[in-house]
Amino acid sequence: MLLEMFSYSFITRAVVVGSLVSLCASLLGVSLVLKRYSMIGDGLSHVSFGAMSVAAALNVAPLALSVPVVLAAAFLLLRLSESSRIRGDAAIAVISSSALAVGVIVTSLTTGLNTDVCNFMFGSVLAMTDSDVALSVVLSVIVIVVFALFYNKIFAVTFDESFSRATGVRAGLYNTVIALLTAVTIVLGMRIMGALLISSLVIFPALSAMRVCRRFKSVALCAAGLSLCCFLFGMVASYAFETPVGASVVVVDLAVFGLFCFLGRRR
Amino acid sequence: MNLIEIRDLTIGYDGKPVVSGLNFDISEGDYLCILGENGSGKSSLVKAILGLKSAYSGHIHFAQGFSRREIGYMPQKTEVQRDFPAGVFEVVLSGCQGAMGLKPFYGRAEKRRAASAMERLGITEIKNECYRNLSGGQQQRVLLARALCSADRMILLDEPTTALDPPSTAEFYRIIESLNSDDGVTVVMVSHDTAGALENSNRVLHLGGMESMFFGETADYVKTKLGKKFLGGDE
Repeated sequence: MLLEMFSYSFITRAVVVGSLVSLCASLLGVSLVLKRYSMIGDGLSHVSFGAMSVAAALNVAPLALSVPVVLAAAFLLLRLSESSRIRGDAAIAVISSSALAVGVIVTSLTTGLNTDVCNFMFGSVLAMTDSDVALSVVLSVIVIVVFALFYNKIFAVTFDESFSRATGVRAGLYNTVIALLTAVTIVLGMRIMGALLISSLVIFPALSAMRVCRRFKSVALCAAGLSLCCFLFGMVASYAFETPVGASVVVVDLAVFGLFCFLGRRR
Repeated sequence: MNLIEIRDLTIGYDGKPVVSGLNFDISEGDYLCILGENGSGKSSLVKAILGLKSAYSGHIHFAQGFSRREIGYMPQKTEVQRDFPAGVFEVVLSGCQGAMGLKPFYGRAEKRRAASAMERLGITEIKNECYRNLSGGQQQRVLLARALCSADRMILLDEPTTALDPPSTAEFYRIIESLNSDDGVTVVMVSHDTAGALENSNRVLHLGGMESMFFGETADYVKTKLGKKFLGGDE
C-alpha cells in the first residue's frame, strides 16, 4: 500500500512538505507553548486564510501575497502581546476573526464559497507544487540551523525574559525571529493541514513531549520526533481510510498526547 | 565608593509618576533594603536601575568602571517557570548569556563559572535535578546562582522570600548576608518582609509617596515613625 501511495507524485510532495513543516512547527512550538503563545499559530493561520482568499480573488500567486501579510501579522501580534494595553489572547482573537471575516466576504463576493475555500479551511494534499517543496526545504533548513545555533539563547529568553533583558540579551530580537519563522511555517503548512487545524502542529508535539521529558533539550528533540511520526502516520491513515489529511494528523496527535499524559502520570 | 548615584529621579507606570525627586546612593559593600507598600514604585525603580524601563526624569549615574551589566538580577518568579522543563545546571548557565554576545555555545569558562556559583550556594548535588521539582528554597538558590553567574559585584533581588516558608526564608537571608560580608558583594534587596530584611541590612530606602520617604542607615530607620509602623510596633 505504501508503494502505491508514493507512486502519486502529489502525495510524495505533500509528504515532503508536511514532514518538514511538522519538524519546524514542533521546534518553534516548544518555545511558543512555554511562553503561553500557543494561540499565535491559530491566529496566524486565520490571517493566512484571509490573505489567500484575497490572493485568489485578485488572481495572484497565494504564497506571494500571504507570506508578507502573515509576517506582518506575526510582528504585530508580538508587539501587541508585549504592550500591556490589550492582552495577548484578546489581540490574537481580534486579529484572527477579523482576517477570517475578510476572507469569507471577499470569496463570497468573487468566486463564491466553493471547494477552494473548503481546502483552505481543512487542507488538501493536492495543493503542493514543486516550488512549495523547494521553499519548505529552505525554510526547514533555516529553522533547524537557527534553533541549533540559538538554542541556549532561546532557552534563556523563554525561561526568563526580564532576566535575559537585564543581562543584555536581545530578547526582542529572538522573539521576533521565532514569530517570523512561525509565520512562514504556518503559511506553508496550512494548505495541507487547513487553516483551522494547523495550530495543532505547533501545540500538540510540545505538549506531549512536556508530559514525559524534563529537560528543554529533550522536550525539543522529543517534540520534533513525535511531530514527524504523527504526521507520517496521519498521512498513511488518511490514504488508507480516505479521510482528510489535516484532520487525520490531528487525531493521531491527540491519541499520542493521551498516551503521553498516561505515561507521564505513571512516572 | 558610590557604585550608583540616583538624582532627582521620577518613576512610575502607565504614564503616572509614583515617585519623584528621588535621591540616594548605593555604595560598594552596601546591604540596601528597599521597602514600601504595593504600588509604591519599588519594581519600577528596579527596572529603571536595570535599564528595562526608562525613568520619566532624573539621572541614574554609574561609577566609572561599573555598569548595569555588572548587576546580577534575581527577578520574581514567573508563571512560565512553574512547569518549565529545565535542568538546574542549564538554568544557572543561562546567567552567562549576557556576556556571550552572539557566541552560540557555552565554553569551559562559562561552565566553570556556573559550577563555582553552584558550589558557593551549596546546590552542586542537585545539579542534574529538574528545576520545577525543587522546593521553593532550592529554586531561589538556583536563581541566585544564575544571578551570580551574570555578575558578582552587585546583586539586585526583587522580593526573593515571597512564598518561602520561615526556615527557607531564614536560610536564604543567611546566604545573602554571607555573600555580603564574606565575599563583599553589594546587595540591593526589595522586600515585603520588613523585620527579616532589616536584620542584616545597613541601609534602608523606604518608598511611600512624597511625604513618607526615607533613605539612610538602618539603625536610624527603626527609630523613625515610619520604621516603627512598618515593623508593626507602637507608633
